[in-house]
Amino acid sequence: MTEAIEILFTASFWVAAIRIASPLIFATMGELICERAGVLNLGIEGIMVAGAFTGWFTVYMGGDLWTGVFVAAMTGAMFGLLHGFLTVPLGLSQHVTGIGITLLASSLTYFTYRILLPEVSSPPKIEPFEPFAVPLLLDIPVLGPALFNQTPLTYLAYLTVAVVAFVLYRTPVGVAVRAVGENPSAVEAQGISVTAIRIGAVMAGSALMAIGGAFLTMSAFNSFFFEMINGRGWIAIALVVFGSWRPGKALIGAILFAAFDAYQIRLQQITGGVIPYQIFLMMPFVLSIVALVVVARRATYPKALMIPYQKGER
Amino acid sequence: MRLEPRAATSATATVLWPLAAIAATVVFSSVLVMIAGASPITVFYLVFKGAAGSQFALVETLTRATPLIFTGLAVAVAFRARLWNIGAEAQLYLGAVMTVVLGTGAVTLPSAGLIPLIIFVVMLTGALALLGPAILKTRFGVDEVVTTLLLNFIVILFVSMLLEGVLKDPMGLGWPQSRRVIEEAQLPRLIQGKRLHFGFILAIVSAIIVWVIMKKTVLGYEMRAVGHNAEAARFAGIPVNRVIVKTALLSGGLAALAGFSEVAGLKGNLTLDLSPGYGYTGIVVAMLALLNPLGVVAAAIFVAGIFVGADAMSRSANVPSYIADVMVATSLLTMVTAIMLMRYRVRWR
Repeated sequence: MTEAIEILFTASFWVAAIRIASPLIFATMGELICERAGVLNLGIEGIMVAGAFTGWFTVYMGGDLWTGVFVAAMTGAMFGLLHGFLTVPLGLSQHVTGIGITLLASSLTYFTYRILLPEVSSPPKIEPFEPFAVPLLLDIPVLGPALFNQTPLTYLAYLTVAVVAFVLYRTPVGVAVRAVGENPSAVEAQGISVTAIRIGAVMAGSALMAIGGAFLTMSAFNSFFFEMINGRGWIAIALVVFGSWRPGKALIGAILFAAFDAYQIRLQQITGGVIPYQIFLMMPFVLSIVALVVVARRATYPKALMIPYQKGER
Repeated sequence: MRLEPRAATSATATVLWPLAAIAATVVFSSVLVMIAGASPITVFYLVFKGAAGSQFALVETLTRATPLIFTGLAVAVAFRARLWNIGAEAQLYLGAVMTVVLGTGAVTLPSAGLIPLIIFVVMLTGALALLGPAILKTRFGVDEVVTTLLLNFIVILFVSMLLEGVLKDPMGLGWPQSRRVIEEAQLPRLIQGKRLHFGFILAIVSAIIVWVIMKKTVLGYEMRAVGHNAEAARFAGIPVNRVIVKTALLSGGLAALAGFSEVAGLKGNLTLDLSPGYGYTGIVVAMLALLNPLGVVAAAIFVAGIFVGADAMSRSANVPSYIADVMVATSLLTMVTAIMLMRYRVRWR
């Protein structure tokens, strides 16, 4: 029993928690931007698969790690453009289109993988991002290694939260994004194109989702595997609701969630097979549903979420 | 650009837009095939031959279509009432679990009694599996898309746990698989020595029953009303929440039948690879069928043909069989676009 509590005070546990949180933070921020602009993006799971592959493959072909991140982001933005085009000017069902994008992005990725690496039985490895220790800050007990001995992509994840929060609440673009998610006709009345803002937001959000995918192949692991996203995209959608569409709260949600995930892995080692391992693997998904139920009652959705906007209509 | 509703959809538009959607899918996949270094004409010929070019191919396609009819119906019913059930995969596996629980000897009855009993329990289980998300949606306002998606992961882990635990076949040489269902619980083959089984007939009958429910009953009318405009339906005195719950029960029950038919008709036992994503492909099937239950049968056979044909093609043409998934996903996106363009006119300004 004491062992189970001691875990919480080890640095390695918090290092793992922050690492596990990183891809979720990118994905959650990406989804948050889309939804803030009024577009639900269920393409997230597939976009993460595509980002994981393109980022990794760029590096495998001899590209720089940051070039890989950039390529992943561009891949995500392209799928975002497709989702945006289908759902914003054409006004198609965001649910159906999103699922379609997920199926398309993941199957296209697997197809491409097989074309580019036809004879490969075990996936080739790359040199992933190395942890970078921030001097001095590293020496803070427990929190130091957890927060300041991570790979650059993790630092980028935290920077992203700050940037997203700043842009959404402190810049005209952010005000416009939030407004098209709440009251698009008011935005149009000011002579700003709802279509342009929404598509732009979906592209930016999808780029972040793809970086979240790339984190897995370029920072957490060093290779690309089928099914490696494994529901992280859907969990990010739950985290957006949990965070009430606010970047700061969503960040806290992602860290809590990741801490729980890191904790259950360690708990599994302590209990040593008494409880089936599947129970532990289920917990993240169960926890997401619980979080949705707890928060949904008082959650205030962006009012225009999932409602297509037509110029001149009210 | 803006969209204007067409006063009436012309007959030409009804034919031309879906054809354009198919053409776009063909062009896109041709490009991929060429990138893979093969000739599109050869590849499409091989896909067609593999799907429908022989009696063996046709039987294989219909066999593969069977679970897709069930999951397609499940999605069509739910989407009609705007209940976004993305969890047909979970309901399928729970149906398969109940088939194994009852069909491996725990209950001994002649086929005429055992099979209806299993069907009843399977449908009930699938229905209850979707009841949870439906109640969360109607009572707590929790979006059912995320809950049903997350349930897919939970259920597959649950099944994995059962297959390594209570449902594990002691004679399975350590593999996570269940015992085989007893003879009385098996669905008969339709053609001696071929894989096509009675589940296909059951799927067709289900499609007809669902069609009758949707077109001829009060529930069907209410479902459409709720799907069209829930606020207006509520204003008109339709018990919206109750309709959503009933829709969920029907949808979950249908999806679970896919699991029953795969175990009792085809595989004989339960393994973790029972479904290569039939629950998700059911979404494509339902959309291609324009949510029409009878159209689901045709769409399921079409989609199954692509998969079966692509498998055969990839063995001889050296193009990854993932091309089938790409084609199916692309046809979903092009078809929903085509449906929209049938109903609206695009005005450029």
